[in-house]
Amino acid sequence: MGKSRKKPGERPYVGVLVATRKGAFIVHGDAKRKRWQLDGPHFLGHIIHHLVLDPRDGRTLLAAAKTGHLGPTVFRSTNLGRTWTEAKKPPAFTKAKKGEPGRSVDHTFWLTPCHASEPGAWYAGTSPQGLFRSDDCGDTWRPLPSVNDDAQFRQWMGSVQDGTPDGPKLHSILVDPRDPKHLYFGMSGGGVHESTDGGKHWRPLIAGMEVVGGFDPANIAFHDPHCLRMCATNPDRLYQQNHCGIYRIDRPEGTWHRIGKRMPKAVGDVGFTMVVHPRDADTAWVLPMDGQTVWPRTSPGGRPAVFVTKNAGKSWQRLDAGMPRSQAWWTVKRQAMSADRHDPVGLYFGTTSGELWMSRDEGQGWECIARHLPEIYAVEAAELR
Amino acid sequence: MKVLIPSPLLSYTRVSEVDAAGPTLAALLVDLDRQFPGIRFRVIDEQERMRPHMRFFVNGEQVFDLGRALASGDEVTLVQALSGG
Repeated sequence: MGKSRKKPGERPYVGVLVATRKGAFIVHGDAKRKRWQLDGPHFLGHIIHHLVLDPRDGRTLLAAAKTGHLGPTVFRSTNLGRTWTEAKKPPAFTKAKKGEPGRSVDHTFWLTPCHASEPGAWYAGTSPQGLFRSDDCGDTWRPLPSVNDDAQFRQWMGSVQDGTPDGPKLHSILVDPRDPKHLYFGMSGGGVHESTDGGKHWRPLIAGMEVVGGFDPANIAFHDPHCLRMCATNPDRLYQQNHCGIYRIDRPEGTWHRIGKRMPKAVGDVGFTMVVHPRDADTAWVLPMDGQTVWPRTSPGGRPAVFVTKNAGKSWQRLDAGMPRSQAWWTVKRQAMSADRHDPVGLYFGTTSGELWMSRDEGQGWECIARHLPEIYAVEAAELR
Repeated sequence: MKVLIPSPLLSYTRVSEVDAAGPTLAALLVDLDRQFPGIRFRVIDEQERMRPHMRFFVNGEQVFDLGRALASGDEVTLVQALSGG
């Protein structure tokens, strides 16, 4: 770790926002992304599922937090974490009518700034699955009834027992940079959904996606997208890391294509996270996990690697220079990999064993820039000012 | 009446013993939230259920009903239940 932290007001620099099971960290880089300074923990002991910078001002951070005992909340900082303010009204479901079962938010899992034309507006995805919006910089949040209270959606969401070990989640809220009303999100479980009217109405987008053998892919409840990404330079192209493979779709086409079939058979195409190139829609990276037998969800063979495609999924190359050659049983979660906007692109990922890794050359070489952190849940590369 | 606050909630109250009023436990929690905004939602969810890892005691007796009547002189204790590491 070098002493290289920039002062506010200097030109933008890369900061890596790390959310962990025991708090949040901000890792400040220098201009060359070679020296890093760890700032934190913020909220020591809090479970932080996502820490996200508002790219519209480069200063505001939102943190999705809870603790082992206390209910969920959202914290906001307008000075890169020097001080934090708690939301007056965190995401919460509508109170159920008397006699009807009501849901309660266990944790806010995902935070997405709304469109650039909507300053101060944010979306949040929760566990269990819920979609929320704030129009006042994250201070108060309102539920979107078109998702949260819709009988069909509730059926697709299933019960808490149907979800991931830490609870079923609504995640990967994507906003089309050309149209603030064009939205996507994913649910684990419950499929991929699209709206073209700002979230008033939604339609499923699951054609081509596979489900676990023996189940009916026409049943949306069985679909488990782990991570959706939209290409910044071609928002009609989406990539997806799913429980059942890696996919790409080019809208307005309505069918996903399983591009993970071109991955090496010994590695497979199971994983949680996926990252797209900020300027090249044909380039994307994945970090495969072992999905055999009892689903270890660790680096296949104990030999971690990132894989890249530079042709939209026609072929994949292994990128592991600098990583351990054996006996490294990493798990990298769906929010725990990110790319910066430099040229060449910097890539970052965090492991559940508390190591933060980066590549400053698009994955050709890797180095560990922080270790001994708590279990890492999310990593976001951000342009800090 | 006296309310004892567990350590996870000290970020709201700053002290481990505060005064609050209300004819029921629910009303007392509303008064606590008036004094310390945000504290109630951390212990009671949006369906008016006690959160799974919070416990409430009145005069040393565990209470499960937010409608439990309170009287002046009662002592209310909020406790963090055991939870994982």
